[in-house]
Amino acid sequence: MNRRQFFKLCAAGAATSAISALGLMSEKAYAAVREFKLISAKETRNNCCYCSVGCGLLMYSKGSNGKNAEQTIFHIEGDADHPVNRGALCPKGAGLVDYVNSPNRLKYPEYRAPGSNEWTRISWDDAFQRIARLLKNDRDANLIEKNSAGTTVNRWLSTGMMTSSAMPNEGGYITQKFARALGLVAIDTIARN
Amino acid sequence: MASQDIIRRSGTSGMTPAAKGRNSSEQVAKLFDATKCNGCKACQVSCSEWNDLREEVGTFQGSYQNPMSLSGQCWTLMEFHEVMESNKLRWQFTHSACMHCADPACLKACSTSGAIIQHANGVVDFDSDKCIGCGYCASACPFDVPKIDPKDNKAYKCTMCSDRLAVGLEPSCVKSCTTGALRFGSREDMLFYSEKRVAELKEKGFPKAGLYNPEGVGGTAMMMILHDITQPDSYNMPVDPQIPLSVTLWQDWVKPLGAAGLIATAAVACLHKITVGRNIVEEDQPGYQPPEEEVKDKEEDDQ
Repeated sequence: MNRRQFFKLCAAGAATSAISALGLMSEKAYAAVREFKLISAKETRNNCCYCSVGCGLLMYSKGSNGKNAEQTIFHIEGDADHPVNRGALCPKGAGLVDYVNSPNRLKYPEYRAPGSNEWTRISWDDAFQRIARLLKNDRDANLIEKNSAGTTVNRWLSTGMMTSSAMPNEGGYITQKFARALGLVAIDTIARN
Repeated sequence: MASQDIIRRSGTSGMTPAAKGRNSSEQVAKLFDATKCNGCKACQVSCSEWNDLREEVGTFQGSYQNPMSLSGQCWTLMEFHEVMESNKLRWQFTHSACMHCADPACLKACSTSGAIIQHANGVVDFDSDKCIGCGYCASACPFDVPKIDPKDNKAYKCTMCSDRLAVGLEPSCVKSCTTGALRFGSREDMLFYSEKRVAELKEKGFPKAGLYNPEGVGGTAMMMILHDITQPDSYNMPVDPQIPLSVTLWQDWVKPLGAAGLIATAAVACLHKITVGRNIVEEDQPGYQPPEEEVKDKEEDDQ
């Protein structure tokens, strides 16, 4: 390549880039909008269990619901058809998907011995056994059967019960029956914590 | 998927306008009623949830506001402005997100073709694939909204959930708002509603209540109802936002002049070639060098 050809090449290059810079080059218009992420996602209705308001939720999961696919929740938003919240959610509710998929989520019973700082995994059977045993011991020791007037009251004041807030009416009814039958007075749900 | 008509593209000259054939898309608007907001941050959380953004958990900075500013991972931020009035503390909450200006400074400043677009419904959107991360949008925005994410050096901001709007849903933040401080609808409906609401506020003892819809940027698709429209700065909103003069000068004057200069130079060169032609040096002039072929010929002749 001699000097003259080099100049010609430079001039041609400059002219081409000038033309494209002036917007004379056609370009295909590509989509700018992110694809709607709920296309074909499975929608499941449920109630938020984190306070006593009980907002309606729409939970979206991946997978066709076919037997070989594991459903994974990837988005949760308010249920506009729910009379309580009509689609709205509080910040806790709006971020629920991170609760569901949290790596810190409790998935099995764990036991920490008094004075220890180590949690050890135990089986459900062991957990139920231990809870039942301790409750029974406490109730046997502290149940107040009669008040000062001699009336039968069957109060068990030394233990309280924290129940689920994600229950239907029937579940609440049974929980109430169970707790009152034991003589428990202090009953609350995790909705108020 | 061209789900929303584009009416304006960055870095594109008027000679090749974006497709404007269809006009079915209605102008939309998001309305933030600061007088109804209780600062719960549901909008901020649902924005991060829908758009798959997770800003790192920051440290306490002396305010309930967290993070302290918008970022590539935080497109909607609840700002907590503390106001002392007759020795009593009061918060003024600002739903801080893109204002979606009718005449966007970011789009004007952006030189990358189609990296910033304006949809027919009024939404201003960034196309991250095309963004080159120059940061012109961030410096041009009078509301200080676009932010460059250090992870990929691209600009990000609120899209008004354009992916939701495309399928007929409201933005995520609006859906989650529990107090009804955020509303969404056609621009006309939002203006109608805000007119009623401002009148109501004036009756209730807020004589300075008004709608923040700044004219300097051609109005915004994210409007705000404020307690005191004379002091938008108390909500950290500019009093009279404008497209910066430097951006207007560069895009409307320097760039066209530069293009004109380029064309004029080429034209003069052509004209010179036609009228004057090549610079020919005569044999008897000093510095004459015979062309190579002639020299060769001569050598052959000599032999």
